[in-house]
Amino acid sequence: MDGLTQSHTGRSGFPPAYLDRVGSSFTDFLGVTAPDLLPGRRPVPQIPVGDLTPHGTTIVAVTYDGGVLMGGDRRATMGNLISSRDIEKVYPADSWSVIGIAGAAGIAIEMVKLYQVELEHYEKIEGLTLSLDGKANRLAQMIRGNLGAALQGLAVVPLFAGYDLDAAPGTTPGRIFSYDVTGGNYEERGYSAVGSGSLFARNSLKKTWRPGLDGDTATRSLVEALYDAADDDSATGGPDPVRRLYPIVYRVDAEGAVRLTDDDVAAVAGTITDERAAAEGQG
Amino acid sequence: MTMPYYASPEQLMRDRSEYARKGISRGRSVAVLTYADGVLFIAENPSSTLHKVGEIYDRIGFAAVGRYSEFESLRVAGVRLADVRGYSYNRRDVTGRVIANAYAQTLGEIFTQQTKPFEVELCVAEVGEVAEGDQLYRLTFDGSVVDEPDFIVMGGQADAVTARLREDFRSGLDLREALMVGVRALSASSPAMSGSSNATANGGGDGLLPASQLEVAVLDRRRPKRAFRRVVGAALGSLLGDRSAGDGTAGEAAGGATHAHTPSAPQPGTPAGLGDPAAPDTAGGTAGSGEGSGPQTGPADGVGGGTDGGTDGGTDGGTEGATSS
Repeated sequence: MDGLTQSHTGRSGFPPAYLDRVGSSFTDFLGVTAPDLLPGRRPVPQIPVGDLTPHGTTIVAVTYDGGVLMGGDRRATMGNLISSRDIEKVYPADSWSVIGIAGAAGIAIEMVKLYQVELEHYEKIEGLTLSLDGKANRLAQMIRGNLGAALQGLAVVPLFAGYDLDAAPGTTPGRIFSYDVTGGNYEERGYSAVGSGSLFARNSLKKTWRPGLDGDTATRSLVEALYDAADDDSATGGPDPVRRLYPIVYRVDAEGAVRLTDDDVAAVAGTITDERAAAEGQG
Repeated sequence: MTMPYYASPEQLMRDRSEYARKGISRGRSVAVLTYADGVLFIAENPSSTLHKVGEIYDRIGFAAVGRYSEFESLRVAGVRLADVRGYSYNRRDVTGRVIANAYAQTLGEIFTQQTKPFEVELCVAEVGEVAEGDQLYRLTFDGSVVDEPDFIVMGGQADAVTARLREDFRSGLDLREALMVGVRALSASSPAMSGSSNATANGGGDGLLPASQLEVAVLDRRRPKRAFRRVVGAALGSLLGDRSAGDGTAGEAAGGATHAHTPSAPQPGTPAGLGDPAAPDTAGGTAGSGEGSGPQTGPADGVGGGTDGGTDGGTDGGTEGATSS
């Protein structure tokens, strides 16, 4: 803490650790100069506290011919309560990758923030970006540090996806990585989902997703998976036309990571609800 | 070791200043200019991997001359300070003044307390929402910090370049004009351009430094988050292009620029999403990354040799890749 306080005043020079050339990781650097700022370095609660904190729910990612899409619903729950209707659970990690989070919202958002700085820090110091596998591995190490808290109900399980600039010709450049609470890191083929509604989302994708989908079809299949998850999982929120709240969807392609506008997602969600309503009418 | 002779503190300080000044003036010059949309960095630097200009934070850039290993460790310290501060407070709470202060303190301590002062001179530049908000701080080897308007020239024949810039510089130039003003001033005093044989060999028949000898970057206030962007390859060629009709290097580079309107290209490794999607070298990061160079000696900065062996192997070959497109 000493080093941090000094540097924050701006009235004193850099503490010695700042001038040490070794290392281009922001997390490692914080571990030396200000370990209390890192999640995973704090005392773990002695009793389960899972019901006391908001939890984020379903995140879905699908690949398509030009890259990868990731979307998340907007609900956070605390026990039987809906603690937020408009939480954002999908973030750009850097310019070529996105991260979605399920689990204890407070820790998850802190972790995303740290992860974003980690990637940018590396890029500035080294002058080039990490490989996609390197980024995925770095995230696994962060999750691993949270295992103690996870066992007390504060699990954080991310979903990571990105556009692989080094992809071999003929392979799909959009790639998805999933994680477990122990930091296990698994590359997924085609699509994946995490969170309480992931079972239903996956089942939906099983029927609608095919390799080599175009962007629009893949977007529809992703929003529909979230719709199906919300249908059967009480902790996942569906599209909310009353408040104009729709899933957050990011697209990562050769141009970088872009968030789809609410209007675009609303249109897709509108089509899906209309078709379902029509199907009910016929039945 | 004994100290057989007495040296007065004044004498000691003078000797150190002399030493540092000599080291700095042996290198090549860097100019930092304000222009209509932000701040422009121009360094005479034949290396495309050992940078003299770098990004510190969203709105803050860094330029340095002198001994590479010394200013590189200062640059890394600046990035660390900015990131720690931005992480523990908010991104908006990272200002150029904080970074400049930390540099000033550190350089001052080193100058007074260590036998060998750092042979570096730094510029910390911050781009504001409007042109009036732009800040240029000059930091010298003894820790003094000066807030300068318009432009800063450091290293090499700094006085000659400054004199030249003072004649040509106007505030509110556009990027192309500002680049020409800067390159003209640097070329006039560049040792690389002094010999007539050199001038023609470099393709600068007009007596200007070619793109291959320049490191150019901007802090562009119009960019949404990270304002820093390197201008490399075809984009740089096209900006320099109109100065020489159909001669060697410059002409070729201009020919490669299919998007004449493109003001500059994103830094290799940053996405097109943050730059102009039409820029030809958006994916430049893929081209030659990993092209590594182990320990190298410093760029022609005379004092080199102390180059940090750990310098990232493979800072990026986007430049070449893009130029040949």
